[in-house]
Amino acid sequence: MPLGANQYEPRMNRQLLLGAEAVAQGALDAGISGVYAYPGTPSTEITEYIQRADAAREGEVRSSWSTNEKTAYEAALGMSYAGKRCLVCMKHVGLNVAADAFINSAITGVNGGLVLAVADDPSMHSSQNEQDSRVYGRFAMVPVLEPASQQELYDAMPHAFELSEALRLPVIVRMTTRLSHSRAGVERRRPMEQNAMNAENAPERFVLMPHNARAQYRHLLGLQPMLEALSESSFLNRPVEGSGPLGIIAFGIGFNYAMEARRANGIDCRVLKIGQYPPPRTQVDELFDACSSVLVVEEGYPVYEELFRGYFGSPKVRGRMDGALPRDGELTTDLVASALGVKPPETASVPEIVVNRPPELCKGCGHRDMFDAINIAMQEHAEHHVFSDIGCYTLGALPPYSAIHTCVDMGASITMAKGAADAGLRPAACVIGDSTFAHSGMTGLLDAINDRSPVTVIIADNDTTAMTGGQHSSASGSRLVQICRGLGVDEQHIRTIIPLKQHLQENVAVLREELGYDGVSVVIVQRECIESAAKKKRRAAAAGK
Amino acid sequence: MQKNIILAGVGGQGILSIAAVIDWAALQDGLEIRQAEVHGMSQRGGAVQSHLRIADHELYADLIGLGTADLILSVEPLEALRYLPYLAPGGHVVTSLEPFVNMPGYPPLEEIVTRLEGTGHPVLVHAAALAREAGSARASNMVMLGAGAPFTGIAPEKLEAGINALFGAKGQEIIDINIRAFREGLQLSNT
Repeated sequence: MPLGANQYEPRMNRQLLLGAEAVAQGALDAGISGVYAYPGTPSTEITEYIQRADAAREGEVRSSWSTNEKTAYEAALGMSYAGKRCLVCMKHVGLNVAADAFINSAITGVNGGLVLAVADDPSMHSSQNEQDSRVYGRFAMVPVLEPASQQELYDAMPHAFELSEALRLPVIVRMTTRLSHSRAGVERRRPMEQNAMNAENAPERFVLMPHNARAQYRHLLGLQPMLEALSESSFLNRPVEGSGPLGIIAFGIGFNYAMEARRANGIDCRVLKIGQYPPPRTQVDELFDACSSVLVVEEGYPVYEELFRGYFGSPKVRGRMDGALPRDGELTTDLVASALGVKPPETASVPEIVVNRPPELCKGCGHRDMFDAINIAMQEHAEHHVFSDIGCYTLGALPPYSAIHTCVDMGASITMAKGAADAGLRPAACVIGDSTFAHSGMTGLLDAINDRSPVTVIIADNDTTAMTGGQHSSASGSRLVQICRGLGVDEQHIRTIIPLKQHLQENVAVLREELGYDGVSVVIVQRECIESAAKKKRRAAAAGK
Repeated sequence: MQKNIILAGVGGQGILSIAAVIDWAALQDGLEIRQAEVHGMSQRGGAVQSHLRIADHELYADLIGLGTADLILSVEPLEALRYLPYLAPGGHVVTSLEPFVNMPGYPPLEEIVTRLEGTGHPVLVHAAALAREAGSARASNMVMLGAGAPFTGIAPEKLEAGINALFGAKGQEIIDINIRAFREGLQLSNT
């Protein structure tokens, strides 16, 4: 299945797909019955592609957004339990949220194929860290596939589902930003039928009480040699011939940069491409035997470099840990070429007049009016701390607003405000979006109510998951009021305001009252995202024509 | 044949439509394509770029190496300068001259033009004016595609077919405006 590297033939029957879309099309053609996901850059486009596909629109593949990554993963496990193939997608930090379900699903195992597509974001283009999901694969002891191209991503999907069903284990398909958000021509294969419903009553696997869990865990340990054997024959792993004392082990898209650097600089070293984990031991041994120095190229943490190096440190191994490559950030051809001893090209520099152009809230965005009101209301207090969260409104941390002072993880605004309130901070205010509130804010609010912690929760309700491009939000509008009421917030302290310039004074007055209230209050700041509104208008105009 | 092209602009200015036309035409030619783009936070008015690579042999990397871009095609003058380290010796810079100012410290246009002229023979385009002549200021990006067309390695008529294919759903009037805009840009580069 890998593309022939020697003879170029124009390929005509191709679709231009983003890496994320290649995952989606591959999963559709592998006969999935559903996808479960919460949006997160750079993984969002997988689910969006499936939602647009005929199979989803005709109801053959379920595809609407989940409330968070944990609910998504558990639902996917349930679909697998019922015998069907299922895809679950998230960004790297989303896997932290789903980790409990994910790790334990390696112990229960699966029935229908279960594939977790996870997209990492090295260099943190749109994320708060650059954790490497391959570590989760090792942690759970399941196979990880890391294709190097859009075509390989497509081809890896049926392979992943077959592997999952053969081993009865979940399988991770890991990619990073550059592959997920890059387009290339992809050739499709013949689609497969969906599995029939086949729910197996197997409490000895799925009831993880200690006696079952111990047996299942031993079973998982026993599978490990087979996982390694499967890697030896995987189409995602292969050596590239070469000569000389230097060799490269290139994982995932690290292979692309290694091959590009090799070609551009006429270097003829051996390369071992690895795209399926655990690494194929025989192939790794062969490379180490043939070479006196091995450069390990990984897009992410030096996970396998550390392993190859060992505790006492093999001087043969080079990579991110000895400075041959930078310790953090995404790779480039130039970085790999430099690690191979190539002198950097002489290039023009960026003229000193070029200033940064950071992202900003859209013109006309309701968050702008919300932050204006918050800044005025907060000025009246000695302590100015506004805890916040993950979404477009995080941009309120930048000038001209500089209105929020934390952004840690989904839902942390409410719980951090609660902890600070418990420590005596007044006012303890926080800003969270509607989708983020549904994702992980509700439980924190319940904690505040149970503890009578005086917090002012400002829900920025723009009726969408805006930062990732306007996906459906699990709770907005009147449902937010119902949820807050149901959790126990006093009805008199659930306020709704409209963030518009002409309402500034009354909005400040509402915030002033609630910031001064010694109990749990919620201010819902409600105005539709202007991007979504414009999109709706364009769609309506197109439909009218 | 291999072309490395950097498309530059500000989130929301339409560089992905330029990329889509070139991609479409290259795909019709049976060429290999890699086109990396920016999604997420930067799309909110930040600096955005797309690395577009076309070749008649296998391509590996989605990103262009430093000093290897055959063309920097920018829809905003300051953004053209941001990617100069990527420009290959003898590479071309084609940029719109309309500043998009949404941050403090934006330098005077004359200083930007001086730096652009330092790259050799840049093609500097009053894209909005030409787009208005073509029928709509919104077609500026197609003016820029036309101005960059001679350096893409793809025949202009194939790019026009791409415009037809991509704007097809929006009706004949929109297609015509965008084709006219493309030709305004192309004419400028060819003279």
